[in-house]
Amino acid sequence: MVDHFSSFHAGPPQAARRSLPLTESAGARTILITIALGFLLLFLLLPLVVVFAEALRMGLGSYWAAIREPEALAAIRLTLLTALTVVPLNAIFGIAAAWAITKFQFAGKNLLITLVDLPFSVSPVIGGMVFVLLFGRQGVFGPWFAAHDIKIIFAVPGIIIATLFVTLPFVARELIPLMQKQGTEYEEAALMLGANGWKTLFRVTLPNIKWGLLYGLLLCNGRAIGEFGAVAVVSGHIVGLTTTMPLYIEVLYNDFNFPAAFAVASLLTLMAFVTLILKTILEWRAEQRLARGRLH
Amino acid sequence: MFGGATAIRQRSIIPGFELSLGVTLSYLGLIVIIPLCVLLLNASDAGWAKIWAELSSPRTLAAFRVSFGIAFLAAAFNAGFGFIVAWVLVRYQFLGRRFIDAMIDLPFALPTAVAGISLTQLYAEKGWLGSALAATGIKVAFTPLGILVALVFVGLPFVVRTVQPVLQDFDRETEEAGALLGASRTNILRRIVFPPLIPAVTTGFTLAFARGIGEYGSVIFIAGNMPGYSEIVPLLIIIKLEQFDYAGATVIAALMLVASFILLFTINLLQAWTRRQQGG
Repeated sequence: MVDHFSSFHAGPPQAARRSLPLTESAGARTILITIALGFLLLFLLLPLVVVFAEALRMGLGSYWAAIREPEALAAIRLTLLTALTVVPLNAIFGIAAAWAITKFQFAGKNLLITLVDLPFSVSPVIGGMVFVLLFGRQGVFGPWFAAHDIKIIFAVPGIIIATLFVTLPFVARELIPLMQKQGTEYEEAALMLGANGWKTLFRVTLPNIKWGLLYGLLLCNGRAIGEFGAVAVVSGHIVGLTTTMPLYIEVLYNDFNFPAAFAVASLLTLMAFVTLILKTILEWRAEQRLARGRLH
Repeated sequence: MFGGATAIRQRSIIPGFELSLGVTLSYLGLIVIIPLCVLLLNASDAGWAKIWAELSSPRTLAAFRVSFGIAFLAAAFNAGFGFIVAWVLVRYQFLGRRFIDAMIDLPFALPTAVAGISLTQLYAEKGWLGSALAATGIKVAFTPLGILVALVFVGLPFVVRTVQPVLQDFDRETEEAGALLGASRTNILRRIVFPPLIPAVTTGFTLAFARGIGEYGSVIFIAGNMPGYSEIVPLLIIIKLEQFDYAGATVIAALMLVASFILLFTINLLQAWTRRQQGG
């Protein structure tokens, strides 16, 4: 593809008397680039600049103070706890689902793939409310949990379960196409050479899919940290106890404490930057390996 | 569940079918399928009278109009601009192209609450853009226009990311052939380049629309949330839950869920169509 493009940009052959209309005129190109950049400036760049401008409006001192508030630290801790619980669980699910779906032929496979993707199509608010219907005071299992003094809704377990719901597909949907492409030959070879199933998984399959797995973990982590709608339903907004960073931002913003809200928001924005940078590096790696693969 | 796993699958020397499928089905069942079934069962328990009363109330109808109408407009907006962005990123060389390409995914990576408060601040009457717009008499924050802005932001990557790969794999020799046969640039674009891109644009549009109708975090800050005017369906669900009107919330949520199923089905069909165009 690279060669194709470079030869293309070399221009039409000398023999052609007038240039062929192979691209838009210089004027049209400039207009289209300006429209695209203007659109992105307005909708992507400006909102980002606003986050940092508002966060630092009162100076660095109050920025640090806002981040070091005990409630802010509690929100950061809860967000990290949620991500650290949710990401490994969804990773195990993703590996198991991809193993079942890509290594075997069975009836109902396409339905299963659709069901794995389902949480992406459901509003996050619904992803949270189903657990209120299950575990809330008026919910199906509500009375039982209340009798045993276990709190799920308006408590940390509810936040973790709701986040599990919305981030469930991330790892699986990265691994399924990747492992489908890789086939089963390596695993079959390992098994025929006497490795058992677990050894095959850890020594053959996982090394083969490690970059795709990392990519899925990255996206899952980003969403787990930033999830808002689903956890808003189950949290109860008890500051210091059940407010994750995004919910704490909401509380601060609704209290008109804008500098503090944007200070916490700037941390999440930095997290988003790190996610994007790592994602770009992983995609770049995958492209290069694909290009190398084509050379052979 | 399937009654004897070995009977329904082909023989393979790879182990772990029962274990991996078992883990997959139990996890998926506990976290997604059973909870969603409980939602649907609860909704049907409400009885037809309640369902009808809920869905025909002016407030609910208005919320559905706002959510679906504005999500549609935002997806259409993104289809147009997203197409131009994808085109520019694939076809033209300019400074910062790679950087901008990486930035396209920002709305996926940035938590929606952050996007929500930031857009609100930007478009509020004293904000950078809001003050300029206020001078021309346009109010964005706390009006349906604000919802549109938020939904354009969250839906931005979808069309770009569905059109980009199709455009990248596009066989430019057909374009050269058209040019050699004497077609004008406009004709080449209209007859050769655009038709195979239609499935990708439609898929991106539908993905953005599906995301838009369920979106909550980025919208509630900027919407103003006036019932009947700028109140979205997800917020109405939360308000009903907070008022302990579980039946009302459940009925509305079940309808949203059905809409999501239909959209998911449509998206699967559209993606198959896109793949066929790409392969053919």
